[in-house]
Amino acid sequence: MARAVSKRTKLLNTAVAGTLGFLLFFPILWIIVLSFKTEEDAIRAPMEVLFNSGWTMDTFSTVQARSDYLKHFTNSVIISLGSTSLGLLIAIPAAWSMAFVPSKQTKNILMWMLSTKMLPPVGVLVPIYLLFRDFNLLDTRIGLTMVLTLINLPIIVWMLYTYFKEIPSEILEAARMDGATLRDEILYVLTPMAIPGMASTALLNIILSWNEAFWTINLTAASAAPLTAFITSYSSPEGLFYAKLSAASIMAIAPILIMGWFSQKQLVRGLTFGAVK
Amino acid sequence: MGSIKLKKVQKKFGDVEVIPPLDLEINDGEFVVFVGPSGCGKSTLLRLIAGLEDTTSGLIEINGADATDAPPATRGLAMVFQSYALYPHMSVRKNIAFPMRMAKMSKEEQNKRIESAAVALNLTDYLDRKPGQLSGGQRQRVAIGRAIVREPAAFLFDEPLSNLDAALRVGMRIEILELHKKLNTTMVYVTHDQVEAMTMADKIVVLQAGVIEQVGSPLELYRTPRNKFVASFIGSPKMNFLDGTEASKHGAETIGIRSEHIEVSTTDGLWQGTVGVAEHLGSDTFIHVHGISGCDPITVRTSGDVAVRHGDSVFLSPNDAMIHKFNKQGQRIL
Repeated sequence: MARAVSKRTKLLNTAVAGTLGFLLFFPILWIIVLSFKTEEDAIRAPMEVLFNSGWTMDTFSTVQARSDYLKHFTNSVIISLGSTSLGLLIAIPAAWSMAFVPSKQTKNILMWMLSTKMLPPVGVLVPIYLLFRDFNLLDTRIGLTMVLTLINLPIIVWMLYTYFKEIPSEILEAARMDGATLRDEILYVLTPMAIPGMASTALLNIILSWNEAFWTINLTAASAAPLTAFITSYSSPEGLFYAKLSAASIMAIAPILIMGWFSQKQLVRGLTFGAVK
Repeated sequence: MGSIKLKKVQKKFGDVEVIPPLDLEINDGEFVVFVGPSGCGKSTLLRLIAGLEDTTSGLIEINGADATDAPPATRGLAMVFQSYALYPHMSVRKNIAFPMRMAKMSKEEQNKRIESAAVALNLTDYLDRKPGQLSGGQRQRVAIGRAIVREPAAFLFDEPLSNLDAALRVGMRIEILELHKKLNTTMVYVTHDQVEAMTMADKIVVLQAGVIEQVGSPLELYRTPRNKFVASFIGSPKMNFLDGTEASKHGAETIGIRSEHIEVSTTDGLWQGTVGVAEHLGSDTFIHVHGISGCDPITVRTSGDVAVRHGDSVFLSPNDAMIHKFNKQGQRIL
């Protein structure tokens, strides 16, 4: 039976939820507001910023003129898509074998993989930096792609493993009885059934790689720098450039925000998959 | 052609022996039912025949050829699973076509077989639906359709009706039997339901803990069970077993008597007891009688118009010719 909710409770709940939502969203809203101000206006008192100053698009053109947005954007796209595809390529067979031909060590391997995510990245910064230097990978897109692949691999394997686990083994056995080879089984039965799971894994991984700031900032300088490095370049020791920083931030998060918006349904379904049947 | 022969087939999972070496012969065109309590190894045995499990030792012959190490697909067998195991992303048509597609059969031949299977199984109107849009019974028919089109040497059924409700189960049981009559193909059927076994089988294989207790026709098993386990497992309601003095009168450790082989009287008889529960089914009445030494309660089957009630005192007389005698080891003695 549905619980009865009075009109007043409903109204109160809506108000509380709305306020909380607004508070959480406020920093982003403020960034949007500041990005349309001049530097002088941006540092004025909040009320003044809102009601006593003009609106301008100049900041965006200044940012674009000072640092090539398109180059950073391209780097971000290449790195996040590249690391996601590479990650899936490695993780699909790994998760398949763990889900369908598990050994006694499977659980341990999964736990070990997850444990690597508990390590603070800065702990391995020096060795990785030195490796990158020696292999000439510093400030290269290929280097970053590799690092992000490895960093997100445990999550990709875990997610795919849970999706594959959801597929009843009887269906795969039925395929085997029906004459399917291993290749047919993966191609015609397993993959189509796992596509929703793979898609949400890919989406999540693109978002994680897009937003990854530690490695992308530390291992790049100019040519391979993605949008995260592009934002950081506006918080400089000589002084704060609120308006430009805001404009850069908006430009950096807009693409992933739009992508997230359109794939919301898929993402939520993916993340709660298996929780309820 | 579809004969299956198991020679000294054994299966171990690690150190656990689920099936000690056993021999079994299934003749062409036979409807064989493996029956036994859950965990008796009947499904494992079926999966060994299917090739979904590897034998630890022994030989499996299909149509006279050694198939022990053959992969499932090349054994020429089709299997229907308890959970139907349909491909959820494919339409009914594609589900049924899948084995033919794997066998690279021509499109015309595929369509021909799909059409005839659909007609035979009443699926014509559902061919373009996805399995998720079908009822349990329809799904099971699709699974059977997928098996039929391969024209296999034998069908393997793994508890195919357990997920259906009681009314549907009876209907599907008859459909499967009619299919068997029509196709005349060997069918091996696993169930824990002895009613299914009795009504469907040409030959029943009763299993307990991986061991074949008895093989025979349903009536053979019913009339001359080789031991106490088979006697108690086959038949509903269960056979009544009496120990003690009643048994020793017949020179046995235990005697068994089926519920329909006991006469009830309100005036005289061999044993006296009190009616506990009387189940009136209309055509029959099952009376559970308490207070008889060696067995409590004794179930008696009488015609529907016998009017007894809880607490009535009744006399029971077993038909001596129908008494089954068992020794200490539970084996039948003559």
